[in-house]
Amino acid sequence: MNKIRRYLLTLALVTVTIVLWLWKPSLGLDITIKTGKSFKEMLGVLPPIFILLGLLEVWVPRETIIRNLGDNSGVRGIALSILLGAAAAGPLYVAFPVAVTMMRKEARFANIIIFLFSWSTLKLPLLLFEASALGWNMTLARAAVNLPGIIFMGLLVDYSIPLPEKRKLRELHMTENNL
Amino acid sequence: MFTVFLYTIAAGFLFLSFIKSREKTKKALMVARKAFLNILPEFSAILILIAVVLSLVSPQIIQHLIGGQSGASGMLITSIIGSITLIPGFIAFPLAKSLLDNGAGVTQIVVFISTLMMVGFVTAPLEIKYFGKRQTLLRNGMAFVYSFIVALIVGGIVK
Repeated sequence: MNKIRRYLLTLALVTVTIVLWLWKPSLGLDITIKTGKSFKEMLGVLPPIFILLGLLEVWVPRETIIRNLGDNSGVRGIALSILLGAAAAGPLYVAFPVAVTMMRKEARFANIIIFLFSWSTLKLPLLLFEASALGWNMTLARAAVNLPGIIFMGLLVDYSIPLPEKRKLRELHMTENNL
Repeated sequence: MFTVFLYTIAAGFLFLSFIKSREKTKKALMVARKAFLNILPEFSAILILIAVVLSLVSPQIIQHLIGGQSGASGMLITSIIGSITLIPGFIAFPLAKSLLDNGAGVTQIVVFISTLMMVGFVTAPLEIKYFGKRQTLLRNGMAFVYSFIVALIVGGIVK
């Protein structure tokens, strides 16, 4: 039942298309051709992208990486945080619990922010999809401009938050398990 | 061409993974399947929705609102839409492509993509709960401003 409900919007749109077919056949045809074309274009690239996504999820040793992101992890910590975010899948709010784990394992605050940014904008499977939809030029240009930016913003957020506040946040997550 | 490349890479890594661990490979495929089925409803809906909307709305209107000539006002529109909506990337890129094909400007679309990915208005309460108000405001505020910088640079490179 739940599964059908998730397709409700799709069904509604199919109905709209049918109505448009009846109202103005040329319009209906136009919509059907456009839909068919984008399905062919988009659906074809998805299987390999999702297989890569699954492999990343299984093979990237998240726990080990998180243990190496402490206050003295420096450039290596930043690089690992970017990698951790880029190897991910899923929307940003899925990254929050991972970031909490980072906080518990005493990761540097800047690394946590950098990880969040990397997760939101440098995810590898999504970059592949972006390249297939919008082309390599745009994808690589966007990634190249984002990379220094997210490092800079991560460090800046870190420096802008006073130490006691960071300590308080960490303590909060140490004690509260189910936020 | 690119699709062939993707399939080759995926098959190669899948093979390597299978040699190293059958168990993990099976798990990876299950993760892949679940993630795919997860986006499929929205994915199919957005593809039809794009087709319907683009058949009714003329490219001139899109061009007028968020075309390359729309400048700052177009960027403002796409940045606000990108910040407040919660659209998964796999849904956003087909949308971005259709808009680009129908007269939207590169700069305006990159602002949309960047804010969509980095700025989370809907997820802000959750972010505050996890990281506090100051972090959330700073992170999202900077991301919003930076999205414009990214767009201006990318828009300058990609014509």
